[in-house]
This record gives sequence, structure tokens and C-alpha cells, in this order.
Amino acid sequence: MNLSLLLEMSASTLEDRPAVTSGSRTLSYAQLDAAARRCAAKFLSMGATGVVYCGTNDASFPIAVFGAAYAGLPFIPLNYRLGDEQLQPLVEANRGAVIIAETARVPGADPEKVVLRSTLLDAEFSTKADIELPAFVDPEDVAIVLYTSGTSGTPKAALLRHRHLTAYVIGTVEFAGAEPEQAALVTVPPYHIAGLANLLSNMYSGRRIVYLESFDAQAWLDTIRNERITQAMVVPTMLTRVVQLLDGSPADAPSLATLSYGGARMPLPVLEQALELFVGTGFVNAYGLTETSSTIALLGPEDHDAAFAGDPVAKVRLSSVGKVLPGIEVEVRDEDGTLLAVGEPGLVFLRGEQVSGEYESGSVVDAEGWFPTKDRGWIDQDDYLFIEGRADDTIIRGGENIAPAEIEDVLRRHEAIVDAAVVGIPDDEWGQQIAAVVVMKPGASVSVDELHDYCQLHLRSSKTPYRIEFRDELPHTPTGKLLRREVLADLLG
Amino acid sequence: MDIKAGSRLACPECSVELVVVRPPSSPLVLTCGGIEVVDAAADRPGGGHSDTSGEGTLVGKRYADEDSGIEVLCAKPGPGALAADGREVPIKGAKPLPSSD
Repeated sequence: MNLSLLLEMSASTLEDRPAVTSGSRTLSYAQLDAAARRCAAKFLSMGATGVVYCGTNDASFPIAVFGAAYAGLPFIPLNYRLGDEQLQPLVEANRGAVIIAETARVPGADPEKVVLRSTLLDAEFSTKADIELPAFVDPEDVAIVLYTSGTSGTPKAALLRHRHLTAYVIGTVEFAGAEPEQAALVTVPPYHIAGLANLLSNMYSGRRIVYLESFDAQAWLDTIRNERITQAMVVPTMLTRVVQLLDGSPADAPSLATLSYGGARMPLPVLEQALELFVGTGFVNAYGLTETSSTIALLGPEDHDAAFAGDPVAKVRLSSVGKVLPGIEVEVRDEDGTLLAVGEPGLVFLRGEQVSGEYESGSVVDAEGWFPTKDRGWIDQDDYLFIEGRADDTIIRGGENIAPAEIEDVLRRHEAIVDAAVVGIPDDEWGQQIAAVVVMKPGASVSVDELHDYCQLHLRSSKTPYRIEFRDELPHTPTGKLLRREVLADLLG
Repeated sequence: MDIKAGSRLACPECSVELVVVRPPSSPLVLTCGGIEVVDAAADRPGGGHSDTSGEGTLVGKRYADEDSGIEVLCAKPGPGALAADGREVPIKGAKPLPSSD
């Protein structure tokens, strides 16, 4: 199966139904399909070996994604906000690819290969040459190359083949299952797996996508109300800003049936406030990785509702990522590879048709097909998966494994604190000591001693930070993942 | 005929078009309305089927035959029903999930 089939089926079945809106412009499924085919012919006429997309999130994004698929070329989205120094090596690593960009000048690029993003939407955008699109694209071919956000350092090129992505979509989405009035608001960036998975799922379900080029809490709420958005997906940073903007007043978004979140760990206090403010909206927590073609586990609306209603078991599970999707298997193992029992934390391994686990440098999947996520977690007696965080982030203090997330959640619940990062700093006596960097709410005030006492009240003493410092803000990736190595470098520097 | 993953098949006599999600473990005859399916690019006379009483083959549904392991996705619907070596091929059930993206 090839990604382009997903759009082809929707276009031939739904035809004039609106597919994508950006700004004042809406394309139907048939128009989007025609534009993608024109684009594919253009890419092939330029002799492209791939399609690099270095632009913002609007209707040109689906045209480019499906255009690459129709042409049988890998699609390679890059972060258009990167500085020249970071962008150039990525562009040079993809010589032979056409580059869709905001401006004609792209560092490291052959000017002949640059296509202005704005031209993809032109009806005239096509080639004079009579180019035939390939009738067969091998499901084994690479569909998408994604540079992972790299909280641990240099970005790695993850490879997703057509079969991985189509397995995810046809396994989890009912074809044309959306009602004609449904619309999804998309604010996640095009170079993130969530932005791509979102596009494929919505196009296959027949749901209109509305793009907001850059996230702003007020614009996001306005768009939900004006466009009668029924589905939206946010990363934690976005929901935090929306909750701050609402400042306790109801969200007034009656059309919003589902609000899903993922991309990074959601701070519980933000989620609890959001559940209160979005009356009638079902919340979905989606957990997945680039290497697993997006979502592999879901915590659904019923679980969120039960937690909000005060069910003690459900309240605990609000910190989980729910249950794995059908077709996905999960195992928790210790450092030696021994399978762990229910409730025991360890390293999370995944297996399934949508799981790629492959990089340009090679596959990390073992002989039995298991992918090491490098996340630490555990599974409860009813198969709910809890993710503690990256294994690399685990603090080992005096032989005890400590997940930073638990301490960060406690700090974020303090009335004067808006954000917190916890890292392990080298210590001669303990191996590592716990250090916390916190950001105060504007106008709030709290001392280090007060925070220390507060932590001792809510955490075991072995988990109470040894050192606490204040900063104006914390470093995050565009999807809201905390950059702990930068926090650590700052503390040690 | 050789049925490989990703290949596109079509009924020569009705509008049904299929994409192979998983190939069969050994060669088999896949039919639509009793007529063997062909490569989608091949000639399709389109004379129709004599028996069109069933629900036919539905777009977006996956059809899987347990015995041979073949699984196909219907890309274009039609009145013909699928069979693998004469066995009716049932729809593979999918559990709808809440929208996560």
C-alpha cells in the first residue's frame, strides 16, 4: 500500500467534500487530489529523488505530502525555523531532492531544485511534459524521513515506509467514517510525526483539516468557535497557554467533541484544569514515537471522565497513556532483558506492523521484531501503560531509580510555580543528586526553603531536590519536550 | 497470477478495485463475482455480474481470508463479492478508536 491511495480513495468517494482549509481558502478532496498529482508530475519532471519540505503548515503541506507519494518519492519535512547552520547539513544530506521553501534562497541548496511553497497552490502549477505517475509504489519504499527532535543531541533520520504508515491508518481509522460537518484543527508542526499522522488519518476518515499556521491561544480558541471545529490535537505547551488564557472561565467551545494531546508528557495540573474548563469535550491522551508511526497507546474520554468524576483508580490512570492499540504488543524488561511482571517499572519494548524502529544508519529492531523505545514505564493489572520518561533522564541516587516527572508534577502543583525541570547532577557520595529548576508565575513569590519544605511534605525525602534554582523560562523543543541536557548544562556551567 | 503486497487488482467485469495489504502464503485464485481478478492496468471488459444480490465489495473495508493469509483493501466498490479459492472472503473487523489525531 502506498500513502497516495489514502487520498485517492477519499477523492473518488467523497469528491466535493471540503478536505483542507487554510486562511480563507478551502480545497475539496477532488481538488486536493488533482493538485497532488500535478505536484507529483512536477517533481518527476525535475528529476527529484526526494521532496524536502521546509515550510509552514497550510494547504500546501498535504499537496506536497501526497505529491511525493504519487511520485513514489520520500517526503522529508524539515523545521523551517532552524538557523542556516543547522539547516544546511540537512539540506546537503538530501541532495537530489526538490526543496519546497518559503524563500528562493535555501542554505546549501541548488537553486534549480528550489520550489516556492506558495506556488503549490496555483492551479497552473504543473509541467508541460507529459509525465506518467508510477502505477506501482512498493510498500517497502521509504515514504517519510523524519529528523527526530533529538532531546538527547544530534537529530537522527528515522525512516517510515509506506507499509508502516498505511498499517497505522487502515488499522485505526474507519474509511470515510467522519460526518461531513466534522473538522480538525491542526497546529502541530509539519515536521513532526503528529502533523503527518494527523493528516493521513483525517484525510482517510473524510474530515476537513483546518490549519493554523502558528499557534496562539486566542487564535486557536477563535478558530474552534468560528470554524465549528470538532477535533483538535495539542502538545502540552499549547494546552498550558490555553488554560492560562482562560484563567478559570469556561472554554465556550461547544462544537469541540474531542481534544487529544500528546508529543510530550502533559503536566497533570494543566490537564485537570482543562477537564474542568472544556465542558462536554472528550479528552484523549495519545502516546507514540516517530519510530512507531505515531500513536501506539490511547487513554480515552471515558477514562478522563471517570477521573474527573473522582474515581480513585481512574485518577491514578490519568497519569497513564492508556492501553495499546489493537495490533501492538508491549513488553517491559529490565536492563538485562528479563521480562518484568505487572507493576514493575523498566524499559518499554514495542512490536507491531506500524513500528519501524529504523534509521538511515540502520534498524534497532531485534530479531523478534521488538523495538526498544528507550522510554521507562510499567503496566498495571488492567493493561494500562504508564510512561515515566526517557531512560536516559532517570536519576540514579544512591542506587535508587528516580523518574524526574514525578518530582516535576509535584513542583508544578505549587501555587507559585508555572514550570519545573528536574535533573540529576553528579555527586561523589550519592552518584547523582536531584536538582530542580523552577519558573515562578508572574507576580508570585516563594523561597527555596519554602519549596524544599513543600517537596518534603509531598515526596519521600530521597526524592526531595537537594538543590533548587529559579529561572525566567525553561528550554523546550517545538512540541514541548523539555530539553533536560540544556537545563543540566546551565546548572553545571 | 502473482499477488504481491501493494499490487492493485481489479475485477474485469465490475467496478471493484483492490489493493493487496498482505499477500497469500501460497498461490491462490482470487475472484470477484466468480471471475478471477486481474491486474488493475489490464483490459477490463466490464460486462457485469449475473448475481448481484449480495452487498458486493465495500470501499474502505478490509477483506481477509484466514486460510491463505491474503488481505486486501477495497479501493473502489462494486457489486461483485470476493472469494479466495472459492471461499467467501469476510470483512476484517476493525474496532473504531477515539480520534487521537
